Amino acid sequence: MPNMFDSVAGFGVTLSTMFKRPITEGYPESAAPTAPRYHGRHQLNRYPDGLEKCIGCELCAWACPADAIYVEGGDNTENERYSPGERYGSVYQINYLRCIGCGLCVEACPTRALTMTNEYEMADDNRAGMIYEKDQLLAPLQPGMQAPPHPRAPGATDADYYRGNVNPAPEVS
Amino acid sequence: MGVGLEEKLPSGFLLSTVEKLAGYFRKGSVWPATFGLACCAIEMMSTVAPRFDLARFGMEAFRASPRQADLMIIAGRVSQKMAPVLRQIYDQMPEPKWVLAMGVCASSGGMFNNYAIVQGADHVVPVDIYLPGCPPRPEMLLHAILKLHDKIQQMPLGVNRQEAIAAAEAAALAAARPTVDLTGLPR
Repeated sequence: MPNMFDSVAGFGVTLSTMFKRPITEGYPESAAPTAPRYHGRHQLNRYPDGLEKCIGCELCAWACPADAIYVEGGDNTENERYSPGERYGSVYQINYLRCIGCGLCVEACPTRALTMTNEYEMADDNRAGMIYEKDQLLAPLQPGMQAPPHPRAPGATDADYYRGNVNPAPEVS
Repeated sequence: MGVGLEEKLPSGFLLSTVEKLAGYFRKGSVWPATFGLACCAIEMMSTVAPRFDLARFGMEAFRASPRQADLMIIAGRVSQKMAPVLRQIYDQMPEPKWVLAMGVCASSGGMFNNYAIVQGADHVVPVDIYLPGCPPRPEMLLHAILKLHDKIQQMPLGVNRQEAIAAAEAAALAAARPTVDLTGLPR
């Protein structure tokens, strides 16, 4: 006899849910933010004056368990300078159809040139389009940054660049 | 729109109107096949669950039979042993059908570059959308599905479709280069 109302009690769950707020996230219209340290698309960072941080050492490519990164280093010259030191990454490709987002490349990077963003909307209908080139990975120029190649900030040493004591480039106009 | 009548219409104003209509209906009622191969299938299941709710796009009905499905979401790594099964399921699906390679393993083999894993499901079936991520979060799957919906909406029919297929093939043949000429990752 006490079991008689059990089946009715089950409907209580359904009934109470009707008065709860829906938990659905309206993704395309209102996307919920990711976790702050979400492993999304990579980014190649710059120094405050616009020079690239990447030195083309290929440590990220060696650390990658999926062989998703391809780097070719190039030599900086006084006339054509992309990074403060001797070398820069002339070719930088990440194959996002291989990248598993583990972040070992970020750990391996000695100059903090490679970090990850929270951007995750990547899908394409061909495989070649999912290989991101350097121009797609480089961080956008912030105000005060000058697009390389350009010479180092006057008087700045390697240590200044390493410690971040470089000021944004003055407006040239 | 599976009558086959739309395939026989002459090209012109009538066909382009039918194309838009057919695309609208097709993208609104895509039925995926229940086909999970590995860990990505967990994310695929959570995409259908209430928090992300694939039913908002008319896709909540995952069909257990490929004969009633028109989208195959390859969720997970395709092993050499699974490849013929994958192909058979694809062949059993009725036209028009689409394939979404979910996750890096299905798209290119991912980190499993070895003899047991097919290096990309496109070696076995034609893939319409590649979705990176390991595994992709449900939002990424929704983004890829919406991209596929755009593709379905613009899919030509009949004469226009034959022309589009011929043009795509000619472009692919013209763009193909020997592997020795490629540099960087494509090689």
